[in-house]
Amino acid sequence: MTDPTTYISHLELGEPDKTYLDTNELIINMGPQHPATHGVLRVILKLDGEKVLGTECVIGYLHRGVEKIAENRTYAMFNPYVDRMDYVAAVSNGLGYCETVEKLLNVEAPPRARYIRVILTELNRLASHMLWLGTHALDIGAMTPLFYTFRDREEILKIFEKYCGARLTTHAFRIGGLQYETYEGFEKDVKNFLDFVPPKIDEYEELLSTNRIWVERTVGVGKITGANCIALGVTGPVLRASGVKWDIRKAMPYSGYEQFDFDIPTCENGDTFDRYMVRMKEMRQSLRIIRQAVDGIPSGPIMAKVPKVIKPPAGEVYHSIEAPKGELGYFIVSDGSTQPYRVRVRPPSFVNLQALDLMVRGALVADVIAVIGTIDIVLGEVDR
Amino acid sequence: MLDYITSYLSSNVTPGQAGNFFWATVYVMVVFGGVSVVVMAMNWLERKALAHFQIRLGPMRVGPHGLLQPIADAIKLATKEDIIPAEADKLVFWVAPLIILCASFTVYIVVPFGPTHAITDLNIGILFMLGVSSLSVLGIVMAGWASNSHYPLMGGLRSSAQMISYEVAMGLAVISAILMTSLNSTGIGTLSMIGIVQAQQQAHVWYAFKFFPLGLIALIIFSIAMVAETNRAPFDLPEAESELTAGFHTEYSGLRWSLFMLGEYAAMGAVSSIAVTLWLGGWLRPFPNWLSGSFFDLVFSLFPAFTFLALAGFCFYGVTRMPKHPYFRLETIGLAGFGAVLGLIGLILLITPVRTRVQDIYWFLAKVAVFLYLYIWYRATFPRYRFDQLMAVGWKVLLPASLVVLMATAIVGVVI
Repeated sequence: MTDPTTYISHLELGEPDKTYLDTNELIINMGPQHPATHGVLRVILKLDGEKVLGTECVIGYLHRGVEKIAENRTYAMFNPYVDRMDYVAAVSNGLGYCETVEKLLNVEAPPRARYIRVILTELNRLASHMLWLGTHALDIGAMTPLFYTFRDREEILKIFEKYCGARLTTHAFRIGGLQYETYEGFEKDVKNFLDFVPPKIDEYEELLSTNRIWVERTVGVGKITGANCIALGVTGPVLRASGVKWDIRKAMPYSGYEQFDFDIPTCENGDTFDRYMVRMKEMRQSLRIIRQAVDGIPSGPIMAKVPKVIKPPAGEVYHSIEAPKGELGYFIVSDGSTQPYRVRVRPPSFVNLQALDLMVRGALVADVIAVIGTIDIVLGEVDR
Repeated sequence: MLDYITSYLSSNVTPGQAGNFFWATVYVMVVFGGVSVVVMAMNWLERKALAHFQIRLGPMRVGPHGLLQPIADAIKLATKEDIIPAEADKLVFWVAPLIILCASFTVYIVVPFGPTHAITDLNIGILFMLGVSSLSVLGIVMAGWASNSHYPLMGGLRSSAQMISYEVAMGLAVISAILMTSLNSTGIGTLSMIGIVQAQQQAHVWYAFKFFPLGLIALIIFSIAMVAETNRAPFDLPEAESELTAGFHTEYSGLRWSLFMLGEYAAMGAVSSIAVTLWLGGWLRPFPNWLSGSFFDLVFSLFPAFTFLALAGFCFYGVTRMPKHPYFRLETIGLAGFGAVLGLIGLILLITPVRTRVQDIYWFLAKVAVFLYLYIWYRATFPRYRFDQLMAVGWKVLLPASLVVLMATAIVGVVI
């Protein structure tokens, strides 16, 4: 195996093979308008028949300059923009940003706010994984799970809508805590959801885990070793499926995750099936966390003492959280004014996408689709 | 002239065998028109059944419960711009859908809907069916090549490899059924579609249950291979939506595209009718041995009428459930009218001469419908195979299995 960190361009065609028939390698362009590239990812494939010799990702079709926008907005004004990066896990993005600014300001959200943050973030992780499962299964050809996962994700979005009025780009958190107190019946809704969803997850597993075609399509496909994951900076379920037990919620607890009892599911083989299993187990662990949080939710204020005009001292800070797709980090440089001097986002999708080429080299075209699905990218986050 | 027309009515062979051009033409028109209607109905049913598998409603807007959706689709497709890519090979691009359509419609010439209800009865009927239906691979390859585009090319290549490799297993399974037809006093088998069903009638057993479980295994092999043969899920690689956007018909639009769909659905019906003819007794009613006698003959002959009356009742139940709002008045009337038509057909089918003549066709179509429903069921349930896995299933599982079944059938046939 070549060193995965060195860049090799695969797009020069080899010499035509004249020995038997006049055969040649084929370059085809998958995307940016393609049903299975999850948005506007463009993958250039070099093929030998159905076999993939190399890939190159072309990104930037959804670039909106989120990081640059931050430099012209106050800290509070930039908060809604981060929801638009990973739009299927907007709550996690908001949590990461708020925590980073809080770290810069040296304030801490009150315990009640932190519990509610954990509940909403874990619900969002479930929603994100459900969406992933549905689209991933659709890519592999199983249409039906998509509709089942969307049906159940709807329950989560209803809770979000009741809490903050938005379903997708929620803007649920504020710097220093929360804007809104929970609505009446919030805990009941969450508890109902906790009872409602475990049999549904069993249902998904029943549809897929023991399905012979599903197993054949995923086992051994898109293999990546833990060492290569680390070399490429891959995080999240992809890393854990390769046997590396790394979860920022445990490694560097934030927002009170140290108070909750949960496991980090890992697998050994690092193939598509293992990534699927890791995410399925993670969904169950998220349910455990939510149950503990909703049972132990303290009373008290929901907002720390934060000045009306946020003017952090000059300096820089990096803070990362475990988003559904991996490590989501924010690096903020403050020059002491009301606007950040520079915001740099470390998006998990962007970094994980680097592993695509390594995972699909030598595989078949159908595997490229499966692997794009299993990395779980959101192009809004890749391009920002 | 009139004598020519009426002379056929007293004969008891198919119009093709009788050499009667008038009735042969009538049969051709009835069968091809019927196939087109069934394709449209199947289109609606597939969308509706698939939707209910997937907790959706499916088409609901055009007509009551979307009953007019296929007609709306047909109008849409016919009026759409017909694009031929600039770089395409125009002639081949133009011919490809026609080949598929012709191949999948021509096979209906020998489909036996009843002992005399077939356009003709070739003495090589089953061979003709397999041969002509596999011509459609030519159309797919031509479509993929003529589009002069990468995705259709790959779709066409996948399709040709797939159809050719599954045809081998399919053919061997068919031979094992044909071997069974020679198990009579003369020791001479038949390739005629009607002859095969008559052989099952004389043997008092459907070939699916002959030499249990050999016949059943052959049927299962055939019913897997036929799904691959018609490029349907889970073997729908040539048109794998998530990989090749639409495979070999990516560049087709409008009416030309609809010809592909028409051909695909017609082919599904054709291969299903092969399976029904060879293993499930064609037009024979179920349980001829166990539930025999004139009483059960009467009961089974009432089935067609009862089916239509039940469908009518279903429609009227739907009428009672329609929203009582002026906006839905037209749809409610339409649904009631549809139910009334179905009920009328049901009542007509109760009349004795009609009843006895129609029941063969009814049982044949009912068995084919079961297979068509299975197609929808597969599509809702299974993920898609990868290309190499598809080949592995075809060559390493189905082919050896069908060879074993064939040899075992031959040995058992000789020994018994």
